[in-house]
Amino acid sequence: MTTTDAAETRTDPASGRRAGVAVELRDLNRRFGEVRALDGFSLDLAPGELVTLLGPSGCGKTTALRALAGLEAVDSGTVVVGGRDLRGVPVRQRDMGMVFQSYSLFPNLTARDNVAFGLRVRGQDKAARRRRADELLELVELGGRGDRYPHQLSGGQQQRVALARALAPEPQVLLLDEPLSALDAKVRVALREQIRAVQTRLGTTTLFVTHDQEEALSISDRVGVMRDGRLEQIASPAELYARPATPFVAEFVGTMNHLPGTTTADGVEVLGRRLPVTTGRPAGAEVDVLLRPEALLVTPDPHGTGVVVATTFLGAVTRVHVRVGDTQRSGARPGGDGTTVLVDRPSAAVAGLGPGAGVTVEPAPDAQPLVA
Amino acid sequence: MKQREVPAWVGVVPFAAYTVVFLGVPVVAVVLGSFVDPATGAFTLDNFGIATSGVYLRGFGSSIGLSLVTALVPGVLGLVLALAVRASPSLRLKRAVATASGVFANFGGVPLAFLFVATLGSTGLVVELVKAVGVDLYGAGFSLYSFWGVAIVYGYFQIPLMVLVITPALEGLRPNWREAADNLGATPVQYWRHVGLPVLAPAVLGCMLLLFGSAFSAYATTSALTSGSLALTPIQIGSFLNGNVLSGQENVGRALGVGMIVVVGVLMALYALLQRRVSRWLQ
Repeated sequence: MTTTDAAETRTDPASGRRAGVAVELRDLNRRFGEVRALDGFSLDLAPGELVTLLGPSGCGKTTALRALAGLEAVDSGTVVVGGRDLRGVPVRQRDMGMVFQSYSLFPNLTARDNVAFGLRVRGQDKAARRRRADELLELVELGGRGDRYPHQLSGGQQQRVALARALAPEPQVLLLDEPLSALDAKVRVALREQIRAVQTRLGTTTLFVTHDQEEALSISDRVGVMRDGRLEQIASPAELYARPATPFVAEFVGTMNHLPGTTTADGVEVLGRRLPVTTGRPAGAEVDVLLRPEALLVTPDPHGTGVVVATTFLGAVTRVHVRVGDTQRSGARPGGDGTTVLVDRPSAAVAGLGPGAGVTVEPAPDAQPLVA
Repeated sequence: MKQREVPAWVGVVPFAAYTVVFLGVPVVAVVLGSFVDPATGAFTLDNFGIATSGVYLRGFGSSIGLSLVTALVPGVLGLVLALAVRASPSLRLKRAVATASGVFANFGGVPLAFLFVATLGSTGLVVELVKAVGVDLYGAGFSLYSFWGVAIVYGYFQIPLMVLVITPALEGLRPNWREAADNLGATPVQYWRHVGLPVLAPAVLGCMLLLFGSAFSAYATTSALTSGSLALTPIQIGSFLNGNVLSGQENVGRALGVGMIVVVGVLMALYALLQRRVSRWLQ
């Protein structure tokens, strides 16, 4: 029998079975007093897909994940996994693996016994569950540390054990509730790549929750941005960044400049340049134009309307902070003072620019603005 | 000018002095006295011979038995109550139970004895009420002044004491553990068997040791309740303090005291061994 490469990558090497199933969350509603944690929330996950819910604190992303796990009751709505309606199905019968934000390893069990816990409660014999636990510890690169107790492991190692534990019973769905947020930056980057590698290899349908946009964009097939209990937009990371559907998404994903502009018959005029865009407003209206820092150009000009106030070296790219003329009502958010524009250019191109230099800032000809 | 700092150990001096004067010195006096013949002032082991035979041996047996029973049963009941209260979302209930436990755990002596005599004594309110419906407690062999009667009375302060001392340990049980176990397919019984109880075991053992000590040293309640009819070591020591003692046996009371110290010492050694076993994961 032959299999395609794609099928091989989606097959659990330990069990030989395809793990991914489709997940449908349909019109979920959940209120906590006056707060609507979920407000008609719907989401579909394709088999084997890794979808991330991204959003600010309190937007409902963790509630959505916990509703899927069965840890949070919903007021209305349906959860269907692999064609099975999970209404009324208790948590322990939902066949899902979960990694929690804070360390949730059982402190009285070794790493191996933690990983084997799900198999133990299913009555699997000791030799088989030990074998499976050791395989998974190898998978998360913790082979040889199976006899250690959680307090003898670092934070990153504990979360890797938690990942192995969640995967051990071969769950239909993997749920990751901000599993990296308690770790330091370097470990976070390494572990997120490992999570993605393991998930891709096993092909387990995965819902990941985070408030860290870099994390979301770097490992997801699709990212859903949430606000006030609803999905604002769900798309691939590239599309989400390049074509945010709403100003909220634009601001939440990546850095965005807010610039004053005026609508024209076929678009908008901003920083002296006309850009084609559908505004839905009559010509001549004053609007906020949202542009990414890389969608702007900065050129040295002693008589220009802008003055460089700072530069931030980011490696291949340098971010230039330009204070534009007092007559302009422009600025960058968040954290700006209302008169500073951020421009990202290749470091070599702006090497000569330093604080105090006069410059002109304008949109690149192919810039794709968003009008608020 | 630089001020001279007071060494940290100075803060310990009052407590250390208090402990030496009111614990160290009496213990030494009791231990030394237990080896002395009061008539001749000579060294003797006779006091221990008397203290470990007859009514005094039965006293140790009853005291240890009563203390074990009233450490284990109220310990388990207190643990269950504390877990139930912790699981409740009602802050009002948590506060009410904490306050009530604080009061009941410190309610003892003559008032507690009177409370039980009035309710479960031979003509007590509850006894008369159940007799009216055809149940004769005393006729069936129950007596408030017996071993099991006293055990019930001890439960009055032992259960709330367990609630008070185990509650902080329960806060250490992370909700995440329960959710993770649920998520991995464990039933509530499997969670408690494999995670909850093993995690709590060191604290539960410690609390039960405290309950044992509380019951083993209890004097006033039993004394008021039984008037010395139940042979318990603290009551017997009390009789020596009261001067109600045969001439030449004054130091038997001291030997009984040493015996109590030995019992608690042995129990603490057993506790340390058991503690090490159940808390391997903490080492």
